Amino acid sequence: MRRTLFILPLLTLALMAGFFAWSLLAGRDPASIGSVLVGRPAPRLEVAALRDGEPPLTDALLRTGKPAIVNFFASWCTPCLAEHPLFTRLATREEATIIGVAWKNKPVEALAWLKRLGDPYKFAGADLDGRAGLDWGLSGVPETYLVDGQGIVRRHFRGPITERDVNETIIPFLRGAK
Amino acid sequence: MSTTPSGLSGHLPHFAGEEKKSISSPVRGGGASQGRRGSWLALFALLFAFPALAVEPSEMLPDPALESRARDIGRALRCVVCQNQSIDDSNAEVARDMRRAVRERLTAGDQDDQVFAYMVARYGDYVLLKPPFKAGTWILWLGGPLVLLVAGTVLLIAARRRRTPLMPPEPLTNEEQRRLDALLRD
Repeated sequence: MRRTLFILPLLTLALMAGFFAWSLLAGRDPASIGSVLVGRPAPRLEVAALRDGEPPLTDALLRTGKPAIVNFFASWCTPCLAEHPLFTRLATREEATIIGVAWKNKPVEALAWLKRLGDPYKFAGADLDGRAGLDWGLSGVPETYLVDGQGIVRRHFRGPITERDVNETIIPFLRGAK
Repeated sequence: MSTTPSGLSGHLPHFAGEEKKSISSPVRGGGASQGRRGSWLALFALLFAFPALAVEPSEMLPDPALESRARDIGRALRCVVCQNQSIDDSNAEVARDMRRAVRERLTAGDQDDQVFAYMVARYGDYVLLKPPFKAGTWILWLGGPLVLLVAGTVLLIAARRRRTPLMPPEPLTNEEQRRLDALLRD
């Protein structure tokens, strides 16, 4: 009995070490919110157009049979600036359908930002009060969703997309999705 | 002092008041005790101080019953950018949107659990400060009681074993008895 008790601290240590190793190596992020949208039909998309004279965005844009990228951005958001060239590349080289939604951003400012940096969005909406953002489970900008041709959300990136995301996830998705 | 139109003194009324007292009180008798009473009062007030809510008056519903339900829900919903603040405590933009959505749902006639379901549908269980009991969370709910149970059982067994009668102490040797007597004599 006494001898077995000595094993207890060691066992505890081993358990904790195992947990820590798993946390470190498996890329576990306790701060991650995750996303409940993945694998489910995309939320309602009802947003006023950002550019003058264009019709408002509707759900029909997400059920065209072709995959789409939905990107929430804002001109006041620095990470959006960082990921912007990647969207430009996706729009020009991959001819991706990218739907941009300016979140809590005055249309004048969002438009000026796009004029300065180039506009990769085939469709652009303005979610001034963040209602669409809430429907999309948005926690901030930028966030990006990959929606397949049937309108099912396949990926949800919280934070800016990276070169690696583009090469390893987004481009294969665009080429593979129907 | 109190008439300074600067924005700073407006934001820090406590600072302004304290400064004034420290200048005038040493001259008069009784000023010190008044100061002490003041600090006790301040301490007392601090005991009942609650963290300021981020809910702004303009957000509140005119119906106090609905508003109080909104508060209860808001306190149980977790802000998605500040992690351990409720949406009622957070000044984040998203938290404000969520408070608005809660109030809109309530005004539309939703029950409390419908409002929670609305949020969970968008943000997952993450938004619930009290996570639901299910396959992924049972260890969270039962882990504590389980550890207590195991530890209690082990302690109980250990205590039972120790109840074996102890050996009576050995009688003192002659030498020890002599020293004890010498000490007691002093």
